[in-house]
Amino acid sequence: MNERPRVLFEKIWDAHIVSHDRGSPAVLYIDLHLVHEVTSPQAFSGLRDRGLKVRRPDKTIATVDHSIPTYDRSLPIMDAQAARQIVQLEENCAEFGIPLFTGSDDRQGIVHVIGPELGLTQPGMTIVCGDSHTATHGALGALAFGIGTSELEMVLATQCLLQNRPKTAEVRIDGRLGPGVAPKDIILALIAQIGVGGGTGHVLEYTGSAIRSLSMEGRMTVCNMSIEGGARAGMVAPDETTFEYLSRRPFAPKGAAWDAALARWRALPSDEGAEYDMQVTLDAAALEPMITYGTNPGMGMPVTGRVPEPAQLADPVQRRSLEKALAYMGLNPGEALIGRPVDVVFIGSCTNGRISDLRSAAGVLKGRKVAEGVRVMVVPGSHQVKAQAEAERLHEVFREAGAEWREPGCSMCIAMNGDQLAPGQYAVSTSNRNFEGRQGPGGRTFLASPLTAAAAAVTGVVTDVRTLG
Amino acid sequence: MEPFTTFTSRVVLLPMDNVDTDQIIPARFLKATDKLGLGANLFCDWRYDADGAPRSDFVLNRTEVQGAQVLLAGDNFGCGSSREHAPWALVGWGLRAVISTSFADIFRNNALKNGLLPIAVDAETHRRLLAQIEDNPAAEVTVNLEQQTLRLPDGSTATFPVDSFSKHCLLEGVDELGYMLQHSRQIAAYEARHGDMVRTK
Repeated sequence: MNERPRVLFEKIWDAHIVSHDRGSPAVLYIDLHLVHEVTSPQAFSGLRDRGLKVRRPDKTIATVDHSIPTYDRSLPIMDAQAARQIVQLEENCAEFGIPLFTGSDDRQGIVHVIGPELGLTQPGMTIVCGDSHTATHGALGALAFGIGTSELEMVLATQCLLQNRPKTAEVRIDGRLGPGVAPKDIILALIAQIGVGGGTGHVLEYTGSAIRSLSMEGRMTVCNMSIEGGARAGMVAPDETTFEYLSRRPFAPKGAAWDAALARWRALPSDEGAEYDMQVTLDAAALEPMITYGTNPGMGMPVTGRVPEPAQLADPVQRRSLEKALAYMGLNPGEALIGRPVDVVFIGSCTNGRISDLRSAAGVLKGRKVAEGVRVMVVPGSHQVKAQAEAERLHEVFREAGAEWREPGCSMCIAMNGDQLAPGQYAVSTSNRNFEGRQGPGGRTFLASPLTAAAAAVTGVVTDVRTLG
Repeated sequence: MEPFTTFTSRVVLLPMDNVDTDQIIPARFLKATDKLGLGANLFCDWRYDADGAPRSDFVLNRTEVQGAQVLLAGDNFGCGSSREHAPWALVGWGLRAVISTSFADIFRNNALKNGLLPIAVDAETHRRLLAQIEDNPAAEVTVNLEQQTLRLPDGSTATFPVDSFSKHCLLEGVDELGYMLQHSRQIAAYEARHGDMVRTK
């Protein structure tokens, strides 16, 4: 058959169209629905109000991550509202027959960490979750995106979504990352380049030699923050790295089913000559460790850089936005960030809470001590990440350095569970958002890689990890 | 959902780019398990000081915008988190439309499902409307979804895009789930044809 060449996104999209009435969005089939405690209660109430069931509980999985405390799981949850929300998820899952990983289950963790690590996330699938960082799963060659609660209710009831077809963009990243430069720096640099709305309406496919040479976990970090560039989804075509990562995962196909799946997955990468609606390029070799200075993830720069000057912006709305951001951050135009004291370092989240992230941070902390007066929280992304880190004795490295080693969850990335900054505090954080108040009302966030975060932990100031020696 | 009808209203000005959903409704209010009541905390950390007192310099605390149904914001409104609590909070405060030069994708979807109309206009229209409301905070705009027009205080009219399906749902006051449920035969046929990619139990 001589078909029109298609990109990865189109192949998955086309294979999931249930029907498409003229003048209406397409009915798109969803292979996997991930549910957590925060965005689901109103959807389950909606089902109950309409007398509907969950169509495919066997394509749905739930866990607790956003509001669960990261202290000892045998202790009660102190926040009554959070406790109620978690109990409500347990009741909803029991009533509708949805499998749930509770806080003490050894498969519990941040929803975007456990999907891939359990092998639930597979190439060619459509995956949704009531969380904007669902793009993470695109690292395995899936079409994965965040949805709201009304859409969540629709997927629970019908296993489908009404969707207008997004546009496609190729983000081509070639070259080799230099020492001290991490996958996080790739995505922070990209967002600084295209802006927080640069990818709106598009699905990004990351290509190029720099992406090919990343581990699966590095690819997840990149795809995870696609939404911070405005793109609902980010994807990487599956390759041997993907297949190697997936083999032996509990939910991955086995035996003959594995061979059949592999044949399907090998046909997914974009065809020669297929076209994207937009193209962006980035030179990995030119990248430096990145840090954000402002109140959205697009306000980023090389850690060695200087804070930009609002006076140089011609557009009044843009100028006002930057002035407001710098006022919130307590920073002066033109100042360097290196050497600026920090109060807290947070290592974790669905962006950088995986074993490779903890290994990089531990590599910096090993044999060193956390600087006086700095609180360092290390929060593994899942129980499995935690167990692996403990098997490698990384927790001892963290504890000996003076960092806290905590239970898995979203923690200070969204600050819903009691882990949060005090007003005015500065944090270097490996999470994904530096919005005003994101890590606690009045808190100020510098987003960076685990390497840069760990460097700040031992020096107590914003540091270029390459100068630590 | 109530059918979306033509209305005339004053305009709340929030001329900042990239207003994210964490500002619209901070995460600590996401522990609610209901949709109602979020309007009280709309833009909470801009609206109230640390002691909970209204900040006199924040627009929602001005007398002249009380009862307004339209918000004018900067580019890329609603970026960040997928929380539908953002439109619930905006609607809870009394808003029925947000005007900007562009909207974040998930926010736009969520807004349309809650009777909140995202009106995308070109930069020039945006600039003119901003200037007119700054000149006279009591000036009004008229939103006509049927015609897809926005009438500015100076009497000029701008058109805005909206996909025909969402327009139909808004005008009729119906939600999309009803439409989807009519497709259960096609969905079953798809499932029979394609099998399962993964089973969670």
